Amino acid sequence: MALLECRGVNVAYEPARGQRIWAVRDVDLALEQGEFVGLVGESGSGKTTLGHALTRMLRPPARLESGVIAFDGVDIASLHGEQLRRRRRNGFALVLQSGMNALNPVRTIGHQFGDVLKAHAWRGEDVGAHAIRLRAAGLLAAVRLEPDVLGRYPHELSGGMRQRVSIALALALEPRMIVFDEPTTALDVIVQQAVIQTIKDLQRDRGFTAVLISHDLGVVLEATDRVMVMYAGRIVEDQPASALVRGLHHPYTEALLDCYADPRADVVELGGIPGYPPDLSLPQAGCSFAPRCPLAEDICRAQDPPLSPLGRGRAACHVRARAATIGEEVGSAR
Amino acid sequence: MPADLGSATNGQAGQAVPVRGVPALTLSRVSKVYRARGEGRRTVTAVDDVSFTIEPGAAIGLVGASGSGKSTLASMITGSERPTAGTITFGDVSIGRLRAGGLRRIHRQVQMVFQDPYGALNPLHTAEYTVMRPCQNFLAMSASQARDRARELLEIVGLTPASQFAVKLPHQLSGGQRQRVLIARALACDPGLIVADEPVSMLDVSLRAGVLTLLSELRRDRGLSLLYITHDLLSARVITDQILVLNHGRVVEEGPTRQVLQHPQHDYTMQLLDAVANPFAAAGADIPTTDRGRK
Repeated sequence: MALLECRGVNVAYEPARGQRIWAVRDVDLALEQGEFVGLVGESGSGKTTLGHALTRMLRPPARLESGVIAFDGVDIASLHGEQLRRRRRNGFALVLQSGMNALNPVRTIGHQFGDVLKAHAWRGEDVGAHAIRLRAAGLLAAVRLEPDVLGRYPHELSGGMRQRVSIALALALEPRMIVFDEPTTALDVIVQQAVIQTIKDLQRDRGFTAVLISHDLGVVLEATDRVMVMYAGRIVEDQPASALVRGLHHPYTEALLDCYADPRADVVELGGIPGYPPDLSLPQAGCSFAPRCPLAEDICRAQDPPLSPLGRGRAACHVRARAATIGEEVGSAR
Repeated sequence: MPADLGSATNGQAGQAVPVRGVPALTLSRVSKVYRARGEGRRTVTAVDDVSFTIEPGAAIGLVGASGSGKSTLASMITGSERPTAGTITFGDVSIGRLRAGGLRRIHRQVQMVFQDPYGALNPLHTAEYTVMRPCQNFLAMSASQARDRARELLEIVGLTPASQFAVKLPHQLSGGQRQRVLIARALACDPGLIVADEPVSMLDVSLRAGVLTLLSELRRDRGLSLLYITHDLLSARVITDQILVLNHGRVVEEGPTRQVLQHPQHDYTMQLLDAVANPFAAAGADIPTTDRGRK
C-alpha cells in the first residue's frame, strides 16, 4: 500500500472580495514509502498549494474543497483539530520556503526545538530541558550544524544555516513524509547545492518519503527519483527522473527543459515559453497549456486531456497520447 | 530633448545603431571596507583592490556567490556607496567623489535594474507613471510628452499593446512583466550604462530567456554598455562577452566569457560551474538542448 494516496484533490482560494481561484484541480497521486519525488512548475502552478494540502497546512483563504488524502490508510483530509494534530508525530511535516521567515525571530533555536518537541510529546515522554537539549543537538548534527546553534537567534545565522535549522525542526517529530517547499530558492548556488545534498543524505539514511517542491527543474532532476510537473493547478506529467530528458513528453515539460543548457557548451541557446499561464479564476476550457503550446490542435482547445499512461509514467496531452498509440501500433505490426 | 526621444523610437531589432558617445566606465584599484560598530572594531573588506573597464557598448558579467562583493561594487558604481580606496570614473567624471547634484547627472547616464521586481516598484503607481517619472525628472519633459515616451518604452520592452499595460498596477502584473517595467524605467532617461543586479534570478525559468534577450537587443540596438551581476553562469554566458569572477571581494579570474567557462583556471570558478543545475547532466544524458530530438 502506498504511504500517501490522493484522489480528486481540489483546492480553491476564496478571497473576501473577488473571484474564487482554483489553485489545485483534480490531483490524483500515490507516493510509496521512501520515495523521493519532485514537484515542479512555474509560479502560480499550484505546487506550493498542493504541498500544503498534502500536509494539511492550508490556511484561509485557501480551502481544501474536495478529495481524499489517505496517509497510511487514514483520510487526513477529513480530520480536524486534535485528531489531525496527533497524526503529525511520526506523520507528515512541511519545511517552508525561505527558512528565515519560518523561524520565530525572538526565540532561540533551542527554544523552538522545545516548542515542537513538547507540543507533540507522547504521554510520559521526557521533555525536560536536558532531554530536549540532547535531542535537539542530535537533530542539528543530522543537518551538519554545531550544537552551539541552539543558543542563538535566527538573525545570527546565515540563510543556509537557517534553512538547515528548519529542516532539523521538521525532522524532530520523526515524520514518515516531509514536503520541502522551495527549500533553496533564497540561497546562492553553492549553498543551495550543499543544502540539497544534506536533504538527499537524510532521505537516504532515514528512509522518509520526500516531496521536493521547486521551480527549478534542474535542481529537482539532480535530487529526486521521480518528477511531477504541475501546470495551472493540474499534474500534467509524472515520470521517473531518469526518463524525463528522453522520449516523448508533455510539451510543457519539453519547453521547461529547453530553458536549460550547459554554460560550457560551444553554442548556448536558451529557450523560453511565450505567453503566460491562464487566469485560474476563469473556467478552463480544454487543455490549459494549449494557448502556449506549439503542438495544440482543435481537440486540445475543446477537451481537457486526462492524465494517462505515457512512456514510463503518465502525461496529460492529447497529441502525445495519440503519438504513443500510433508508435505502439507501428511496433506491433512489425 | 528631441534627440533622446528620437533614439527611443529607432530601437528596432536587427538595426544596429552606431555606438553613441557613451563613455567608458573604469574602476581602478577599488576597495570597500565596512567597519562594524561596537567593541572590537571589526572590519569587513567587501571589495578588495578591484580594477576593470567597461568599454562603450560592452557587456561585462560580474559573477560570484553571496558575499563575494558584487552588489557592493554595483552600489559604488551607481554612487550609492563611496569606495574606501581607489577611483571609479565614468568618462571624465569621478563617481566616488560626487554629491547630490553630480550624482543626479550621473544617474542620467547610469541606471540600475534590480533583482526583486516585486520590491522595486511602488505598489500605488501604474506602469506608465513609473516610467514617466524619469522622463520628467531627467529629460524635463511635460506630462504629455512623458506619457507618450512611456508608452513607446513599454512597447520597446515587449509590453504590447502599451495602452493595455500602461494603466496596470504592479500587483496586476506577473514577475516577468514587472521586470520589463523596471527595464523600461531604466531606459527612460536614455542612459549609456545599465547595471543589472540579478535581474532574472527571481523570475521563472520560462521567462528568463525573454528578459535576457530583451537586454541583449537593447544593448545592441541602443549602443548601451551593460554590467550584468549574477551567480548564475548560464545567464552570464548568454548575455555577456567578458566575465569577472569575484570571491571574497577579489577578482579571481577574468576573460572572455566563453573561454573562462570552457577552460576555468580557478577552483572557485569550477565550483560555481559545478553548482549550475543541469537537468541533462543529472539524468546522465549528456546532450545539449539544441540536439535533443523533438517533434
